[in-house]
Amino acid sequence: MNNTLIIGQYVPGNSLVHRLDPRTKIVIIFFFVFFIFFANSPASYGLLTLFAITSALTTKIKLPYILKGLKPVWFLIVFTFFLHLFVTKEGEVLLHIFTYPIYSDAVSQGTAISLRFFLLIMVTSLLTLTTTPIEITDAIESLLHPLKRINFPVHELALMMSISLRFIPTLIQETEKISKAQASRGVDFKTGSIKDRMQAIVPLLVPLFVSAFKRAEDLAMAMEARGYQGGEGRTKLRQLRVEKRDILAYVLFVCVLIGLFFTRS
Amino acid sequence: MDISFKNVSYTYQPNTPFEFTAIQDLSIDINSRSFVAIIGHTGSGKSTLIQHLNGLLHPTKGEITVGRFTLSANQKLKEMKELRRNVGVVFQYPEHQLFEETVAKDIAFGPKNFGVEQEEIGRRVDQAIKFVQLPEALLERSPFDLSGGQMRRASIAGVLAMNPQILVLDEPTAGLDPRGQEDMMEMFYKLHQEKQLTTILVTHSMEDALKYADKVIILNNGTKYMEGVPAELFLDKQALKKVQLDVPEVIEFLFEFERKFGVSLPYQKQSVSELATEIADRLKRS
Amino acid sequence: MSGPLIEFQNVSFRYGEDQPWVLKNVNFTIGEGESIAIIGHNGSGKSTIAKLINGLLSPQAGKIFVDGMRVNEKNIWAVRKSVGMVFQNPDNQFVGTTVRDDIAFGLENRGIPREEMIRRIEECLTVVNMSDYVQHEPHRLSGGQKQRVAIAGVLAILPKVIILDEATSMLDPKGRSEIVDTVSALKNNRHMSFITITHDLNEIIHADRVIVMNDGELWLEATPRQLFTKKDELVQIGLNIPFVARLAEELTRVGVELEKHPLNHEELLEELWTYHSKM
Repeated sequence: MNNTLIIGQYVPGNSLVHRLDPRTKIVIIFFFVFFIFFANSPASYGLLTLFAITSALTTKIKLPYILKGLKPVWFLIVFTFFLHLFVTKEGEVLLHIFTYPIYSDAVSQGTAISLRFFLLIMVTSLLTLTTTPIEITDAIESLLHPLKRINFPVHELALMMSISLRFIPTLIQETEKISKAQASRGVDFKTGSIKDRMQAIVPLLVPLFVSAFKRAEDLAMAMEARGYQGGEGRTKLRQLRVEKRDILAYVLFVCVLIGLFFTRS
Repeated sequence: MDISFKNVSYTYQPNTPFEFTAIQDLSIDINSRSFVAIIGHTGSGKSTLIQHLNGLLHPTKGEITVGRFTLSANQKLKEMKELRRNVGVVFQYPEHQLFEETVAKDIAFGPKNFGVEQEEIGRRVDQAIKFVQLPEALLERSPFDLSGGQMRRASIAGVLAMNPQILVLDEPTAGLDPRGQEDMMEMFYKLHQEKQLTTILVTHSMEDALKYADKVIILNNGTKYMEGVPAELFLDKQALKKVQLDVPEVIEFLFEFERKFGVSLPYQKQSVSELATEIADRLKRS
Repeated sequence: MSGPLIEFQNVSFRYGEDQPWVLKNVNFTIGEGESIAIIGHNGSGKSTIAKLINGLLSPQAGKIFVDGMRVNEKNIWAVRKSVGMVFQNPDNQFVGTTVRDDIAFGLENRGIPREEMIRRIEECLTVVNMSDYVQHEPHRLSGGQKQRVAIAGVLAILPKVIILDEATSMLDPKGRSEIVDTVSALKNNRHMSFITITHDLNEIIHADRVIVMNDGELWLEATPRQLFTKKDELVQIGLNIPFVARLAEELTRVGVELEKHPLNHEELLEELWTYHSKM
């Protein structure tokens, strides 16, 4: 519920990026992440950053909101930068901080690494910001489809993912309910030593597990009663279709990649 | 312990797009040792209200006093534990809180948390299991081996063992069969009288409210809609209808009787057989 | 007319060798289009019957037939096509992440073509009056709404019988009446059998026939009207009769003679009127 805490929690919308086939988004992001490591000049980094920012703007989700969502990883990005700044000892000495020398390569490498890191997180969070979890599940099922031939349980994996998604809110409610019941019996989850607090978790976890198992049992029975007998012979309501806009997205992306190879030094 | 709410409001997730005010400017008084029923359809603020009684929720505005404890918007209560020891809450489907290896240990869990001495805990466990009318042989069994109804009783024993002065019951009979429901309510009523408890019952059953409560508080959209003695309050069919509540069946029948025969039979907590005699008299007389 | 839709022949069941019998030598039949209520206290074996009908459990002794098929390993999926079940806990039978996906689940399992699926989903949501909630996620629905989605999901597979296994017991009064209304509308409009398993005696008034279970045995088969004359026996097995029936009985006891046993307020008042005018 706290909207700054969850990285890339889905924001409903109707932008071009929202409407892209989730497979398109996954494929592009996969290759983008891969090609980030090919960037080695300021121009190439600039190109990739431009692509990421443009994509973000196209989603019509406010940029500050997206950046705020990255809050938990900002620390890591900054940390990486400073780590490089102080550890790398190549190139010319640019300046001294107190008596500690800072090298030119340290600055450029630190910037490059943290920029890579930033782009990586930013672009992947664009996926989850504009795609419902169930769409991602469908896309994964479809992309992994070829693996069926080697008996990889693609359908089962996708079903498991979608059921987990379905039950997360239910289990969060349940956790809240049980912790209130135990707090009423004098359990203190908030104060005390670490050992005390660990012990306070037991009266919460046991009932939670018991109820999760009960739910699983009920659900399995309901699924069976509704005729579920594995992936064989099933049809699907939710279907993914490649549209013109997907082709457009691929073309644009390939252009960026070509640009990347020209801007490399 | 007297309870009083003074202009209490509670808002979930304030200053977010999900902001929601569950109770608003609510003032109520509950006298020590009274039996109060709280009624209202789902979403009327009942469960938010009861969570204030033992400090699980803190009022966003206003002030609550429970005996000598005060909960207010801007002040933290230092003796939270002491308050919780005095207010026992039986949540909906309380059997979901069972977790210990044996029933006895689970019943002892509350008192242990509140620092009750070992010997005294033993006494309370024995007492509590008797009160909920479970055989003592069950004490050494795992709570998960019990039947649904027994689990419900065992978890209630766990709340009673805290020796609370206020007992809050959130739909305690949900999911039980008719006999189970009646037995359970009779048990709580007996407890209420013998232990001189202040009992607060959240229920959908107008029948139970009519039968057991000294006072009814009806909530609607987080505010107090009506308050009073059930036998009087429940005569106002129009007002109840407005908040999607039905009058208890007996009263409904008496209304219909009056419409059909033009004879008014006032409701005075008659039993069904007393009512039958009265109707027979009226029919023979007229 | 062909044979019965559901038939139990000397059915006994228990969960394990060392467990007590949950059902003991149970016999009954249910006809096509019939509406049956099964009642009994918690633990009387009434829910076990539901699970036996569509092969979620299988009996140690006796035979069960559904729509002319013996319920066994071989026929199980065909049987489940004829039987739709709605369970007690609204949360634990909701499979999809949205209302639409959940109704689709049963259809997908049966390989229904997509176009047909879309048509049926729309139609069934209209029937249960949930068309405005197509894209809703389950945690944003009330218990009554979830159960109505469950009914729609079952209707979509066009079963011959719908079993409501204590489908109202976890709902508030509003949710309960939503379900009761939905079901009675269905009874009027569709040729289907209904089995309502419940311990709420107010829900059985509209049944053609009531099967009363007690400690694993079929204790009584009767019409609701006949049943309500047996107050003392019902109380003995942990059940209660509705207010009207109780009042009618007390009235008879004090000398007010009623011609037939009333099922609701109007009937009782009508009876009293007749009695009154005869005096």
